[in-house]
Amino acid sequence: MELKDLYRDVILDHNRQPRNFGRLEPADGQADGFNPLCGDRLSVFVRLNGDRIEDLRFEGKGCAISTASASLMTEAVKGQSRAAVEALYQRVHALLTQRDAPPAQDLGKLAALSGVREFPARVKCASLCWHTLNAALHDGATVTTE
Amino acid sequence: MNAAAKTLAARPLDAESVRRDFPILARSINGKPLVYLDSAASAQQPLPVMRAVERYETHSHANVHRGVHTLSQEATDAFEGARERVRRFVNAASVREIVFVRGTTEAINLVAQSYVRPSFGPGDEILITALEHHANIVPWQLVCEQTGCTLKVAPIDRKGEVVLDAFVALLSPRTRLVAMAHVSNALGTVLPVQRMIAAAHEHGARVLVDGAQAVQHTRVDVRALNADFYAFSSHKLYGPTGIGVLYAREALLESMPPWQGGGDMIRTVTFEKSTYNDLPWKFEAGTPHISGAVGLAAAIDYVEALGLDAIAAHEQRLLALATTALTAIRGVQIIGTAAHKSAVISFTMAGVHPHDIGTILDHEGIAIRTGHHCAMPVMDFFGVPATARASFGCYSTTEDVARLVAALERVREIFA
Repeated sequence: MELKDLYRDVILDHNRQPRNFGRLEPADGQADGFNPLCGDRLSVFVRLNGDRIEDLRFEGKGCAISTASASLMTEAVKGQSRAAVEALYQRVHALLTQRDAPPAQDLGKLAALSGVREFPARVKCASLCWHTLNAALHDGATVTTE
Repeated sequence: MNAAAKTLAARPLDAESVRRDFPILARSINGKPLVYLDSAASAQQPLPVMRAVERYETHSHANVHRGVHTLSQEATDAFEGARERVRRFVNAASVREIVFVRGTTEAINLVAQSYVRPSFGPGDEILITALEHHANIVPWQLVCEQTGCTLKVAPIDRKGEVVLDAFVALLSPRTRLVAMAHVSNALGTVLPVQRMIAAAHEHGARVLVDGAQAVQHTRVDVRALNADFYAFSSHKLYGPTGIGVLYAREALLESMPPWQGGGDMIRTVTFEKSTYNDLPWKFEAGTPHISGAVGLAAAIDYVEALGLDAIAAHEQRLLALATTALTAIRGVQIIGTAAHKSAVISFTMAGVHPHDIGTILDHEGIAIRTGHHCAMPVMDFFGVPATARASFGCYSTTEDVARLVAALERVREIFA
């Protein structure tokens, strides 16, 4: 377990300069995510075109892992259908939690998150944005990682 | 304290010899020798505490206050002996004033439910301070909802000190209880509790002091303080988890109804009516944490043999050293700069979230606390979601501080 596996250049870059950061108004869906353990909060806003995510943004305060994960997520899901987002989430979840997860090359930049699984205390940081996106696409309730 | 212990207490603390009493400190974490800087969350236990618990469990365990057999008598003697040890530790007038609870949190809830709930109502006020731990906020919010009384909060300033003029101005004949920390867990601030208690008493209010972060760093004399209630936990005092103490004036405990019903707290039970046991057992329903009390008594013996004054002086040297060293690191800001601080140093680092600091330090074998420290209002006041917190104990060393500083330089490099 090496720190550079967790803090890869892609992660540090997206933490320093998060993409798609800010509010989206008007939005078709919005949800707030909260990690009560550490106090991290983030909001995800989505604009839909039929079944597709036409645009999305996020804002909030969090650690490098949660900020970079959210930033990478926004890049990965923009233009995708709900079904594709759901499938992608299952892949990312496996990447974050399973040692024998399938090779991650086709996940693109999201593969940079694979080091997180070596740091179990940080898995919730990386998954908070995905839970929040899911809520924004459904009922819009506040989600927590507990 | 015997004569040998007194001689020892007069000398400065020899941290290297103290460390040999704490087997866990010999561990490696991620291939590096452990640096434990999270004693304010839970202190490690020395061998004499573990041995006292083991001796009790292997030799004398049975239920207390029951039966005539030898083991039950020995267990009762051990448990009640621990109570007398606690009484001497805080200088209470009587063991009737020492109630064993699960910890500080339970002690505060006991006071909220058994002292406040039956007699407070609309128009009555409970005054706390803005630096309290959630355990000294939420029980009062609950009882305010139950009774209609009002919670007031005395402000703090940017140094993390309670604004005393504002505190005094909030006291009035409506103030029936003041609840405050002796030492802030998130900021390290030591409150001038003696003056604040005197001010509260002038207005006829009772005072509860949350001593969870105080008893391991300073001599506490509940009668000199003139506290009405004083609560603390064993596990922050180098003792076992799951046990703590509520000190309360005997007259107050006499006036309070039991808060939990069950065995041990009764004298007689019929289906029509039950009568209650004497103090302090009226407040101790069910089989208590006997071995925990035994361990707590051993922990008190341990810190008093080292000498609380010697421990405090040692920790203050480390605090001063760490404060100077951390201030010199680019981007580090210390949160909580009160004139009188305990061995706690909370800080942030520009551009780096405390959780990332915590992960990188853990990788270097260093355990610190990161997060809101169960004091979200304090975080809100300082405008930060969280802080990193290093806290020192009797076994902390200058080498620990050096390792902390080197690891923070590493954080700076990674997040350059």
